[in-house]
Order: sequence, then structure tokens, then C-alpha cells
Amino acid sequence: MTTRTIAVVSAGLSNPSSTRLLADRLATATVAALRARGEDATVEVVELREHARDLADDLTSGFANESLQAAIDAVVGADAVIAVTPVFSASYSGLFKTFFDVLDQDALIGTPVLLGATAGTARHSLALEYAMRPLFAYLRAVPVPTGVFAAGEDWAGGGSTALADRVDRAAGELADSLTGRPAATRPADPFADPTTSFEELLTGR
Amino acid sequence: MLNSPASGAPDVVYLENKTRISFLDTEAEVHRYTRAFDLISDMALDPDRSRAVLEDELAALGNDRVAPRVPPASSCTLNQCGSDEREHEMQFGIFTVGDVTPDPTTGRTPTEAERLKSLVTIALKAEEVGLDVFAQGQHHNPPFVVSSPTTTLGYIAAKTEKLVLSTSTTLITTTDPVKIAEDFATLQHVADGRVDLMMGRGNTGPVYPWFGKDIRDGIPLAVENYQLLRRLWREDVVDWSGQFRTPLQGFTSTPRPLDGVPPFVWHGSIRSPQIAEQAAYYGDGFFHNHIFWPASHTQQMVEFYRRRFEHYGHGSADQAIVGLGGQVFMRKNSQDAVKEFRPYFDVAPVYGHGPSLEEFTSQTPLTVGSPQQVIERTLGFRDYVGDYQRQLFLMDHAGLPLKTVLEQLDILGEEVVPVLRREFAALKPAHVPDAPTHASLVAARDAAGSTPVAEAATR
Repeated sequence: MTTRTIAVVSAGLSNPSSTRLLADRLATATVAALRARGEDATVEVVELREHARDLADDLTSGFANESLQAAIDAVVGADAVIAVTPVFSASYSGLFKTFFDVLDQDALIGTPVLLGATAGTARHSLALEYAMRPLFAYLRAVPVPTGVFAAGEDWAGGGSTALADRVDRAAGELADSLTGRPAATRPADPFADPTTSFEELLTGR
Repeated sequence: MLNSPASGAPDVVYLENKTRISFLDTEAEVHRYTRAFDLISDMALDPDRSRAVLEDELAALGNDRVAPRVPPASSCTLNQCGSDEREHEMQFGIFTVGDVTPDPTTGRTPTEAERLKSLVTIALKAEEVGLDVFAQGQHHNPPFVVSSPTTTLGYIAAKTEKLVLSTSTTLITTTDPVKIAEDFATLQHVADGRVDLMMGRGNTGPVYPWFGKDIRDGIPLAVENYQLLRRLWREDVVDWSGQFRTPLQGFTSTPRPLDGVPPFVWHGSIRSPQIAEQAAYYGDGFFHNHIFWPASHTQQMVEFYRRRFEHYGHGSADQAIVGLGGQVFMRKNSQDAVKEFRPYFDVAPVYGHGPSLEEFTSQTPLTVGSPQQVIERTLGFRDYVGDYQRQLFLMDHAGLPLKTVLEQLDILGEEVVPVLRREFAALKPAHVPDAPTHASLVAARDAAGSTPVAEAATR
């Protein structure tokens, strides 16, 4: 049985946060969907709030400290990423964006991503499509078609299974994008012996 | 330190604090503690003088006045030990970026004239306190004043006798290689060979277009321009064409290098393996800035350079020529150093307004503390880069006043570098080469019986 690694990036600020709540539901549903497809999964959660200062320091110093580097390694090395942000001022939060700003530009190429967002009302729901999806398109990651938005009213329940259905559909899409794929490989080691000789660099312009 | 001569068991370090004890027994750790213990023993006063100092301090407390200082009396003190040996196994020096930065504690900004003159004063001080190398940067935008490195270096050359003049860095991407060849060959002649260079790419975006280049071509520019520079110094008549510069037909760069031997070249890069590869390919030196980033980055780059140096047949990996930067601020008491440096650190260009001084000190090679702490930390660099040839410190930046910088150089030259010289020399195996100088390059050329032109034919 193949074991997949799923990294969850949650940019919620309060504790408990509805962003983390949605992230956990997406993660649980994804693990279940993978099990249904005969694969196992381990989940690693990165709470960006815990790295708020680390991220600001990275912006000014140009390097990630140990704690942030561990979070970056977890996300970059994962088979798939579940990325969930609150909607602030009509877009993903600044904290959320900062985390993806400090990743290497090539770090998530080809990585399947499940997009999630939360806000007080459903009026913000398209932020998933006009803000989050282009960010991951730029990173050349592969967002699954269904993004999951949860507004305050979605947590009220009232017999509706709409949120749960969307969660399951999105998790199924993420699981489908993983099955049959080879396990994630770490980014190429820049300190491996060069494949291009220096003579070629000198003459092969 | 626990020794057990009877059983012959290896030494063990015993550490104790309020809540825990621990034993360290790995060879590297025991070695470092042994070294620290020996250094402290060397510096300590003998029992009689210790008693005298304590009595004076007590009397001073009673009289509410400052106690007279009794100078250390042991045979080997940090001030004196090794200062006359001058064996030059390793080179020590300083490097400057030449920034004009307001002093955050006074708000005063030096004039450009003051800053340029301060570079000269600092260089002369470096020679006075026994340092080997003064290197200056090259920038073409405010707040820097170092757009014309060989002008200042030439002036310093005229006022010094031993100091090696170098760069940190020479912009091989945006400076015409013909001009570099001419300027630094000229400097070689007026400075009697006390010249080398460190190549760098520069990371200020707009400088590239100002000089007709594109920052995205940084690596190809460094590769092509440096290859041309080498030919200009090694071949009397050059026919050349390339991608980035107008072609040359029948061109002779004058003056020819002193004694027919070009200046030694280091290549500096923080995180581009291609530049370490370039240094390894030519058998040139590799220098890591070793200031802004964690030591793990330095280690990766140096390991890569050493491996590739061996791959290209210039010698074994541990014979590659490695230089490191470093950044220190020292006072006799480490708390005083921290207190004085913090306002400069907190708003420093490049890393200010980010991690705290304490965080940055633990995450990068920055050391703010006593001379003894700087000695310990610096000796530790060897643990992750191996035996290396050149150590440069950044001392004059972030708006530190000239007076403070000169005091720092006194401490560096008198208390720190003599101990580092002795300790590094004692650890270095015989087959690891010294830092190249003009004299050693001339000698090597003569010994090999080859001419610069013959070398050019193979490269």
C-alpha cells in the first residue's frame, strides 16, 4: 500500500479557527478518500500563525529560521497540499501569501493542491477562484477543480449536507489526482555534481 | 575536564548548572572545551595577582571608586601570544561595503568625503594592528561611495607596506573585463604585487541596465567576462568575441601583469553553485560572505567547491583555497558589546528590523561579545569548512562611528587575531596550502617552469 504525505497549510488566526476546522475536515476526507482507493496517508499540518514572526524575519533577513524551514520542507516534500485561508479584504490573507512568497518559485510545480477558504458570509466565496487559483497557477501547482468555501452559516448545519458534500467531492478529486502518480520526490539537489560541464557553459552559449 | 590517565580512557567534559549535569565525550566537543580551558588558563592571573586584584576590587567597592587594573602577568596572554610569530599560515583582514549610513544613536550621517577618508584610516589601522588584508566593495548607487575601487586601493597602497589590497567584490557582471584587467594590473605595479580580487555578481537590479546588462544574465555574464579577463592577463595579444561585449582584435591589455603573474582571484557567492563551480574549474579561491545566512549554507557551498576543485585536478578537496567573511562586535564584557551594538544592529541595512540580535547571533555567524567569545566562535568555523586560508571581518558598517571601528580593530588585531593565528596554524596539516600571494604565485610559476602563455593554451 502506498503511503502519501499530505501537507495542510492553514492561515487561520484565532484559536479555535474556522479555517483550521475546514482544513481538518478536508484532510480527514482526503485520507478517507485515499483509503477507499487503497492508499494510506500521513497528514502534517502547518499552522501559519505559529510562523508569523518567522515569516516576517524571512522577508527581512532572506533566510528561513529552523522552525520555518521545517514547515517549508514539510510542504515542499508533500505529495499533495491542502491550502486554506480566511478571506481578508477580498483576498487570501497576507500571512497566507507570505508563506507562498518565501517558497522557491519552483517548489510546488506539479503538486496537486486542494483550495479552501473561509469568511463570515458567502459573498466572499469567489475569492477562491479569482485570488487563490491564479496564485497556484503561477506556482504551476495543480489545483483540483473543486475549491471549498465555508461561510459562517455553513457551520450552522440545520440538516444541510452542502458543505460536507463539497468537502467529499474536493477530497475525492485530490485523491484521484494522487492515485497512480509516483510518490513525491524532493526538489533536485543544487549541490549535486553539475550535469552541464563548465566547458559547455563556456562554449555552449 | 575529567582525565583518567590510569585507565587511559578518553577525556570527558563535565558540565553542571542549577538543574542538570551532563557529560560530553565526542572528540570534537572535548577538543573545543580543552582549547577553551587552555586559553582561559593562559589568560588567568597567578594566585598572588588574583588575590591582589580581588583585594583592590573590594577596596574599590568600599571606597566607591574604580579599582586600578592589574595587567595580566602570565607568560602568554591574549595580547602578546603569537603576535610576533607572523607565520602567515592564514590571512586575516577586514572587508568593507563602503556604505554611508546615519549613526542611529546620533542621527549623524558622514559626508562622502568623510566616509572615503575613513576607509583609508581604517585600512591604515588594519596594517598597524597586524592584519593582512583590506578588501573593499564596488557599488554604483547611493548610499555607497566605492564606485572606483582602485583609486582608493591605490592611495592605500602608497601609505602601507604589507597590507594585501583586495575587493569585496569586483562586479564581474557589469564592469568591462578590459577595464578590470587594466585597473588591477596597474594596481599590482604601484602596490608591488600586494593585490588580489574577489569576483561577485552584484544583486542590485537597476545597476545592470545602467551598464547595458540584464540581471537575468548574471551567471552567463560572470562566466564570459571572467574567461575574457583571464585571457587579457595571460595572453599578450587577444582576439576575442562573445555575447556581451564588443569584439577585440589584436588587443593588448596594458600594463601587463607584474612579473607576468596575474593577481590571484577569489570568487564570492552566497548560494549559486555555478560560481563555486567556476572557482573550482580554474583552481581559483572561493569566498563565502558568511554573514547574512546560516552557516549551513556556507558549509554546502564550500563542500561543493572543494569536491569540484578535486574533480578538476587542482589537488585534493582539502587543498582548495577557501575564504570566509564574518561579523563581530567586541567589548571586554560581552554585555557591554551587546548593549552598544544593539541600536546599530536593530536598524542595520540588509538585516535590520527583522530577527532580534540574539536570534541573528544564534542563526548566523554574527558574534557580539567578548574577544574570547569571538575567538571561540571563529575557531569553530573550521569545524564546518575545514582548514581555510583567509578570514575577513566586516567591521565598519551600519553607521558605526569611525572611533568605534578603530577601537574594534585594536581589539581584533591585538587580542583576537594573534590567538586565531596560533590556533589555526597548530591545527592545519602540512599539505594544506597557505593563502596565495604574489610572491608565492611567482615562485610557483618559476618552479613549474611554465609561462603564463603556456597556461593560457590549456585554458
